[in-house]
Amino acid sequence: MSIFVDDDTRVVVQGITGGEGKFHAGQMIEYGTNVVAGAVPGKGGQEVAGVPVYDTVDEAVEEEDADASVVFVPPAFAGDAIFEALDTDLDLAVAITEGIPTQDMAKVNKRLSEVDTRLLGPNCPGIITPGEAKLGILPGNIFADGNVGLVSRSGTLTYQVVDNLTERGIGQTTAIGIGGDPIIGTSFIDALEAFEADSETDAVVMCGEIGGEDEEQAARFIGEHMDTPVAGFIAGRTAPPGKRMGHAGAIVSGSGTGTAQSKIDALNDAGVPVGDTPEEVADHVEDFL
Amino acid sequence: MKLHEHQAKTIFADAGIPVPDSRLATTVDEALDAVDEIGYPAAIKAQVHVGGRGKAGGIKIATDREEAEQYAEEILGMDLKGYTVDSVLVEAGVDFVDELYVGVTMDRGAGEPVLMVSTEGGVNIEEVAEENPDAIAREHVDPAFGLHPYQARKVVYEAGVDADVALDVASILSTLYDLYEANDASEIEVNPVMITGDRDVVAADAVMNIDEDALFRQPDLAEMAEASYEDDLERKAGEYGFDYVRLSGNVGIIGNGAGLVMTTLDLVDYYGGKPANFLDIGGGAKAERVTKALDMVFSDPNVDSVVFNIFGGITRGDEVAKGINEALAEFDEIPKPVVVRLAGTNAEEGMEILNTDLIEVEETLEAAVQRAVKNAEEVTQ
Repeated sequence: MSIFVDDDTRVVVQGITGGEGKFHAGQMIEYGTNVVAGAVPGKGGQEVAGVPVYDTVDEAVEEEDADASVVFVPPAFAGDAIFEALDTDLDLAVAITEGIPTQDMAKVNKRLSEVDTRLLGPNCPGIITPGEAKLGILPGNIFADGNVGLVSRSGTLTYQVVDNLTERGIGQTTAIGIGGDPIIGTSFIDALEAFEADSETDAVVMCGEIGGEDEEQAARFIGEHMDTPVAGFIAGRTAPPGKRMGHAGAIVSGSGTGTAQSKIDALNDAGVPVGDTPEEVADHVEDFL
Repeated sequence: MKLHEHQAKTIFADAGIPVPDSRLATTVDEALDAVDEIGYPAAIKAQVHVGGRGKAGGIKIATDREEAEQYAEEILGMDLKGYTVDSVLVEAGVDFVDELYVGVTMDRGAGEPVLMVSTEGGVNIEEVAEENPDAIAREHVDPAFGLHPYQARKVVYEAGVDADVALDVASILSTLYDLYEANDASEIEVNPVMITGDRDVVAADAVMNIDEDALFRQPDLAEMAEASYEDDLERKAGEYGFDYVRLSGNVGIIGNGAGLVMTTLDLVDYYGGKPANFLDIGGGAKAERVTKALDMVFSDPNVDSVVFNIFGGITRGDEVAKGINEALAEFDEIPKPVVVRLAGTNAEEGMEILNTDLIEVEETLEAAVQRAVKNAEEVTQ
């Protein structure tokens, strides 16, 4: 079992004619994902990575029966591309693009509340159900099919923790990158709720980082609503207050919330062990299984 | 990206927000010319990108020419929280009876812009927010519809602003929201809005931060971007376009992706070392960028050892390896020991082409960090 994507998922790649779109469409197909179409305005009729390209997402959905989209569109046009995906009534849109203006995302966020489409990201590595489907840029070879769910705000940290799990034979049901931006679609809580409901997910790993209060809210959700055990990791313990550490969201205001310690404390209070290293996270997961 | 007070005030004034008469000066003579035109009292205000300028001695009120000269001499060239003051705003003093705070920012939790008004203006509003959050009235704005004028009035009344100036304050707030939207601001605030004895409202300060991701559609603001770096390394990082933060330790850290780089920092600390920097080469980095990253870290005199941690997703291991090789080709001997850990997309291809004559390679993150910490210890011993 898995959450959000499986081998029935039919994917349209928005921005498939660009460098990243083309490369990763190829990688997704190689992984076994049902990439059925591309959508790029003005490029309808072409073929990229062996799939037909349409001018609009609407057309791609109509002709190829797509139900999910991956957005590889440059930041200036990505907000618009996400709107197009939402207006086409897809089940899932995954926005890989980094650097979308925050006010664009605020408008997207508003529309999200009015549609049934689930948005992952932006500024995320995507989602993978090992052996079935990969939507995004995650390196497929490090994942293995199994019974642990993973949700993370950071792409590369996801890879690191998955690597530690797979190394010792612990596979994953689904791994999800939710993105590091201040405004994102799917939250930790959305993903945790889905993992809790998934009968095949026996344990969950949640990777957070400094900035914002999403981890604290997720901790409360875990404490109140989850029976599936969760292990945590928080990046940015050594980050100095007030400095922006890469991600738009990864900044500690210095006012007590949003720090690594406040997140670790909240998780511990909810019964979630937090590893000091990615290796220790894998230890905790091993203890659960 | 932060705008200077004088830049923000020009934008405010153009939009019709009342601001005091002012001139920008970069020398004491210019400052004196400015006060001669403006009259007394006049505020001499350091134009640097730091908060709390007043408390730090960066804002002084001159009541005569002698004081103006003295303050201009003191403030121009002074070091304010690590930044050198090279210009001052000379501004007509406002005779006020009351001070308010008004601001617009993005509430990331709600995913919506929020208006904020407090009658406890003129002081550190962050302290008010923490100690007495109820003293700040808030109103969320639907980003799709934009601000309805009634919302600005509502939050101003809620804050308890005096009735005879409430509509004028609401009007300033409405204009601020328009500016927030039109300029892709991430934060825009006035602290304080001064209320004079004649019941006029004046924006006595102006804070405007712009979303850097939106500068592509804000060419005029992009031109105002003024790099303010604490040292040459940060300047170099700015030119190279890296996310870089200098820290106090001696283990140089390069990686891809904020979360993984932060984790690498945390592990250096965990294994007893001290991180010298945070350097994220970003997603999809090509060889040239990798070369620049190594150049950056090598040119930090505090760095005794380097750990290069790449987990490729969108970044490809062979590109990274090429960049490392190109950087190494410049040296007969590497200035500081480098440990490389390469995993993920095209990592195997990368490992095959990586020139390991001059560097050390570790397979796991933990091993790479431990080795880099040990290397740094050996240098300092």
